[in-house]
Amino acid sequence: MSKSRNSAFAALLAAGLVAGPALAEPLGIGREALPEEIAAWDVAVLPDGTGLREGSGDVETGDELFAEHCASCHGDFAEGLDSWPSLAGGAGSLNDPRPVKTIGSYWPYLSTVYDYVHRSMPFGNAQVLSVDDTYAITAFLLYSNGLVEDDFVLTHENFTDIAMPNAEGFYPDDRPETEYVQFSTEPCMTDCIPGAPEITKRAAELKVTPTEEDGTPAGTLPVISAAADAG
Amino acid sequence: MSTDNNDETRNPSRRRFLQSSAMAGAGLIAGAGAASAATPDPLITEVQDWASVFGDPVDAAPYGMPIHFEEHVVRRNVEWLTESTASSINFTPIHALEGTITPQGVAFERHHSGAIELSKPDYRLMINGLVDRPLVFTFEDLLRFPRAMTIAFCECAANGGMEWGGAQLEGVQFTQGMIHNMEYTGVMLRDLLAEAGVKPEGKWIYVEGHDASSNGRSLPLEKAMDDVMVAFFANGEALRKEHGYPVRLVVPGWEGNMWIKWLRRIGVYDQAVESREETSKYTDLMPDGRARKWTWVMDAKSVITSPSPQAPIRHGKGPLVITGLAWSGNGKIDRVDVSLDGGRNWQEARITGDARPKALTRFHLDIDWDGSELFLQSRAIDETGYVQPTKQALREIRGLNNVYHNNGIQTWWVKEDGEVENVEIA
Repeated sequence: MSKSRNSAFAALLAAGLVAGPALAEPLGIGREALPEEIAAWDVAVLPDGTGLREGSGDVETGDELFAEHCASCHGDFAEGLDSWPSLAGGAGSLNDPRPVKTIGSYWPYLSTVYDYVHRSMPFGNAQVLSVDDTYAITAFLLYSNGLVEDDFVLTHENFTDIAMPNAEGFYPDDRPETEYVQFSTEPCMTDCIPGAPEITKRAAELKVTPTEEDGTPAGTLPVISAAADAG
Repeated sequence: MSTDNNDETRNPSRRRFLQSSAMAGAGLIAGAGAASAATPDPLITEVQDWASVFGDPVDAAPYGMPIHFEEHVVRRNVEWLTESTASSINFTPIHALEGTITPQGVAFERHHSGAIELSKPDYRLMINGLVDRPLVFTFEDLLRFPRAMTIAFCECAANGGMEWGGAQLEGVQFTQGMIHNMEYTGVMLRDLLAEAGVKPEGKWIYVEGHDASSNGRSLPLEKAMDDVMVAFFANGEALRKEHGYPVRLVVPGWEGNMWIKWLRRIGVYDQAVESREETSKYTDLMPDGRARKWTWVMDAKSVITSPSPQAPIRHGKGPLVITGLAWSGNGKIDRVDVSLDGGRNWQEARITGDARPKALTRFHLDIDWDGSELFLQSRAIDETGYVQPTKQALREIRGLNNVYHNNGIQTWWVKEDGEVENVEIA
């Protein structure tokens, strides 16, 4: 421990900046973040509403904003165009062979909708939506998913009243109990499966892998015994 | 491509000696074949240009690229997998690599809004939230913290995800290539957090990037204080742009999505943020319609990288090197077993080099191939005693729509002509 580290730590203690038992001793590197800087970068919204800012927006305004900023990819009704993500629909499909996972059918929290749209959409032009814009678009997405009426107004005050349909649809990783126990037994080494292997699936039949001109999978190693590419 | 009866002529076994000599004498091969040659090889008997005149001067390539003969060893993407190449994936050519360190230039990329260009002067890192002192660091600041090193694999949670429903893509680059393994130098996240002073009620950290997608993820404080690194160097030099230059998070053993690139902010909270990347994405749908969340660890996994569909056997019968990779997010690889008959019988492969915790590990098995068809499989066992499961064993628990975390055993069907296919077997 150098003297300078000790003195830096002592200075922090003296200034009352280190509360309680410190985990390790600071080096005095970096400078304090200003409120404006934190406000600019910490825009995360947590499920309990932490991080929401004052504002509001209604479905109709959201519909207009969606048409302007979002519908070219996600469709007029948030149903998704081409292969762009569907934001609405798919309710009750989560046990289907091909589930449709959308905000309405799958997402657990409305906070994530607000937060993600505000920070990362529109795709290719993110962080252009105001707080009120984002409330309005979030209201429109609730409406598109059949979760509110068309006169609904979403605000920072009623935000956490909204319960998403799949709020209870998730549970923390349980592999230690459901898989690790089963998979951690001494494995068979000899005569483990009777009979000869029978092929049930062949990727070659799907023909969806990029290929070289000769039809082999892209990146196939060149034939060493053939003449090298003069390049 | 030809794997026809020329293979016979290059067979090095003594039983084929006379036959090979006869065919070589007939001029069917030139310059190949270790066993015998009836006519002298002009590559030896004639002076070659490279043995006589100059090669490139030392000022030809201040930063060199691989020789053009290796131009097949590149990242590749599969267009139909995603709607936009700015939020997409490409694949490491693991079929052509050896050892464990991934050359950065071919190490896979996964972006959600493209690979951004962020200079060191423009770089800022913020720590805020439930801390005693919210902080801003410049890149110069970060270079003054005590440094640490680690070697770790970064495997995309979706690696092999297209194969949940069956054998789909042809080549280990495509089925297991969302992975790289580098030697990182940086500072331990716990040292940065100590600088800000985490309050007792701070239980989670939220990490996000400078890019438009932000890729924000929540980590429990225990992991943050354990082995998570804020890295500046990879494989000896600065991170590549596409890998997060100048600063990324390294989260040993955990799904690649959490290795936040272009790291911008570390927020300390009393609960998880439950961001888009840990609700809509990186949650794993189960048969009852509910989904696992926070499946952070990547389980023990392995794959034979050669032979594989992009690395067929063209040298005929006889000695054959089976080479592959094994790794586990739960610790070191203890053992890798290889089967030649689709899991009926197994033999222990050799671990070549070091088996490091949460890092790619190379294995080899040398066999004498008799030219008959093989159903090659590899099975990793890590230090916890976990044995890599079959795809079927995983599906019996998880169904077909998990999307992520497919660590099932891969089968390669080696045909008599040496071609190799991605298959599933019963």
